[in-house]
Amino acid sequence: MRRGPWWAFLLHRLSGVALAVFLPFHFLVLGLAVERARLDGVLDWTDNVWVKLAEAGLVVLLALHLTGGLRVLLLEFGRWSDRQQSRIAVAGGLALLAGFGFLAAAFA
Amino acid sequence: MAMLEVEIWRGEGGDGAWRRYAVPHEANQTVLDVVTHVQRYLDPSLAYRFACRVGMCGSCAMSVNGRPRWTCRTHVSRAARKGRLRIGPLRNLPVIRDLAVDMAPFFEKWRDAEARFIPSKEPPEEPVRPDEPERMAADAGIECINCAVCYAACDSVAWNPDYPGPAVLNRLWTLANDRRDGDRDGHLDAAGAGCHLCRSHQECADACPTGLNPTAAIAGLKREVFRRALGGRARGPRQ
Repeated sequence: MRRGPWWAFLLHRLSGVALAVFLPFHFLVLGLAVERARLDGVLDWTDNVWVKLAEAGLVVLLALHLTGGLRVLLLEFGRWSDRQQSRIAVAGGLALLAGFGFLAAAFA
Repeated sequence: MAMLEVEIWRGEGGDGAWRRYAVPHEANQTVLDVVTHVQRYLDPSLAYRFACRVGMCGSCAMSVNGRPRWTCRTHVSRAARKGRLRIGPLRNLPVIRDLAVDMAPFFEKWRDAEARFIPSKEPPEEPVRPDEPERMAADAGIECINCAVCYAACDSVAWNPDYPGPAVLNRLWTLANDRRDGDRDGHLDAAGAGCHLCRSHQECADACPTGLNPTAAIAGLKREVFRRALGGRARGPRQ
């Protein structure tokens, strides 16, 4: 049975890969900004509920990668703490909170 | 009498298969007792390794229901699942036969890293106090019995055969903290890039039968090696 640190490692890696895969699409949409009509079309499309949910997933991935990275930096450059499970819980909790916060703002 | 369903890996080198045995379940029985019962009463050709039977020598480590353990100090009641035991050779080491693995790669890494005490020419200027931070950091990791349980538990070893493994790095950290040792820089050099291959899964700390925490030791090495790489002044390491 795998424990917290292993899952934290896996989620940190997978979130990084997922964000790297998403990045080209992000740049593609940014590139549309030079043509206002096409950008507006894309922005209208993002009002879709499903797109909002997908964006919330992206926010969770970003937050997960950020908090997971901070956890690793703390582990490798800070004083050792036996409370690694708690740190993992905080990192995951903050990421989920960011996602829910996004959803609350999106549907407010 | 209640019986245990025991599966034991049988085979030479990389080839083999699980073979089933029925072993009487007794009170306070250890996994090593089970293996010994099989070898003495059911199948004398079974190859396995043990010596002290009291958790000192580190030679009886095996994989028990998928988890590396010192079998002489592991009670069946703690390791069995619904009366079933699956006993195999340690992961990450070549199998010689049945449950006996070749420990050479484990000890060769130890030797290559020169992870041994090198006495300083002069005694420390200040007496070594048991409660000073360096000594406490060293003491935290010195009870290693070289059983290779951490080595078998480690994913980084499985992914990268060049990774020294938790036991060697833990030893280097104890030496780097030992003020009586004359080659602190050499020990940190030996840890070098190797310690940064640790992914901090803490499987080693979870599996260590003597309760050591190699992940914490490796985190200490990472800090010291990084500080030195930045050209920082060497200072007494802290746990």
